[in-house]
Amino acid sequence: MQKAIADVFTWPSEAPQLIGSRCDDCGATTFPAEERCPRCGTATMTELLLPRRGTLVSFTTQGFPPIVPYAGDATGERFEPFGVGLVQLDDVVRVEARLTESDPAKLDFGMEVELQVVPFYTDEAGDEILTFAFAPVTDGAPSN
Amino acid sequence: MTEVAIIGVGLHPFGRFGDKTAFQMGAEAVDLALADAGITWPDVHFAFGGSWEVAQTDPLTGLLGLTGIPFMNVFNACATAASAIQQTANAIRAGVGDVGVAVGLDKHPRGSFKVDPTLVNMPMWYAENGQYVTTKFFGMKINRYCHDHGISQRTLAEVAAKNYRNGALNPKAFRRKPVPTEDILASPMLNYPLTGAMFCAPDEGAAAVVMCRADIAHRYTDTPVFVRASQIRTRNYGAYEVNTSWAAVEEDVSPTVYASRAAYEQAGIAPSDVDVVQLQDTDSGAEVIHMAENGFCADGEQEKLVADGATEIGGPLPINTDGGLIANGEPIGASGLRQMHELVLQLRGQAGDRQVPGNPKVGYAQVYGAPGTAAVTILSR
Repeated sequence: MQKAIADVFTWPSEAPQLIGSRCDDCGATTFPAEERCPRCGTATMTELLLPRRGTLVSFTTQGFPPIVPYAGDATGERFEPFGVGLVQLDDVVRVEARLTESDPAKLDFGMEVELQVVPFYTDEAGDEILTFAFAPVTDGAPSN
Repeated sequence: MTEVAIIGVGLHPFGRFGDKTAFQMGAEAVDLALADAGITWPDVHFAFGGSWEVAQTDPLTGLLGLTGIPFMNVFNACATAASAIQQTANAIRAGVGDVGVAVGLDKHPRGSFKVDPTLVNMPMWYAENGQYVTTKFFGMKINRYCHDHGISQRTLAEVAAKNYRNGALNPKAFRRKPVPTEDILASPMLNYPLTGAMFCAPDEGAAAVVMCRADIAHRYTDTPVFVRASQIRTRNYGAYEVNTSWAAVEEDVSPTVYASRAAYEQAGIAPSDVDVVQLQDTDSGAEVIHMAENGFCADGEQEKLVADGATEIGGPLPINTDGGLIANGEPIGASGLRQMHELVLQLRGQAGDRQVPGNPKVGYAQVYGAPGTAAVTILSR
């Protein structure tokens, strides 16, 4: 069966959203949800579903296997480089996330991206683990 | 306020040293610093030590002499050594003792090892998802910086090439061979636009300094170097830094900018007064960004400064004259003390083949690391 890597996005869902939090006092917004506000230090955070679309503030590629506990192939034999981006979701918050596109020539600053839930790896029990990633948007629809 | 002088520096080479322990390297670095100051271990009133890998550094006393002195451990990731320097200077000002030692030592394992993101208050999924990788933060930061300020990937390679060239002049460096710019550009892409040869590597080494009250420095040396400023800052809300899954929409500047401003103010020194500079070059892009964050140029001016050779040893703004992290690697506990060793040699005119010409008077050092901690130290003759 399919499982989410962590309880940080709505799933199953036709239109998945990241689960963040917002401070009732000062409006600071985080991802993932936090108990205490990183700006004013108070424990007044309320869960907030984040916008699905945003723009690429910056990006890079992960060209080598991250070390354990990376859950993908850390041995390097089947490792596929992946993109990583900092995505601004409207005027709400910026989140750091994997990108579905790993070719820097196909990524650009300010590019519109949309959240997708994508297959990541298969665990020892045979379950397919899903993670979240942002995909470039072309002509108003996700590109893949 | 009591002024503080550096009267001795010691550096165990950085690199790979087989079975030699971090403590053995640390003891040798202290021996060298004591000899440089013309004193022996029983003359030392207190010490601060820092390391990532060993549980605590004060077992060094078992190698140096069990004299019973206060020996405190500090840890502040890449700012560990800078923290030991600050604490040692402040302890002299506070009257803990007249003569103190700051020492850093590390021996990082080769290759990959397991990491636990919860130890830095990040969730386990952050690492499982492949995001607990410090180098990708640097890739993301310099990629945006290059786009915003017109810095080319070739300039990133030129900066690395300069640091390898400087390392070749430094008998204690890890990497002692010049690397051609084209080879740096052609090495495997780790985190776009940064290639493997643009990054430093974890390794082994140790460094130490001896400090004393400035008014007694003449007892030990004719060439004291004074600690004019030492400032440490963490991230402000709005800064996007290492090991984070989010950032505020309203951007704030890096903690380096705050540490730098505070250090200039404490020292009463302006960037134009600085003669020799050590910057955190975890990667060559970080050196480029840190040039501006520390006030040495405006954003984007690096492209021309590097092309003109301004940051070379003989240029008007010599940076990482001993090869920096790129040529020396980063034994975390020792790295900021290596910077002090280099600045003191430069200010004394003892840096040999890599001596900055013109009798430099003011030295500047900056470190930066996870999770957004920066330190700046300013020295002068």
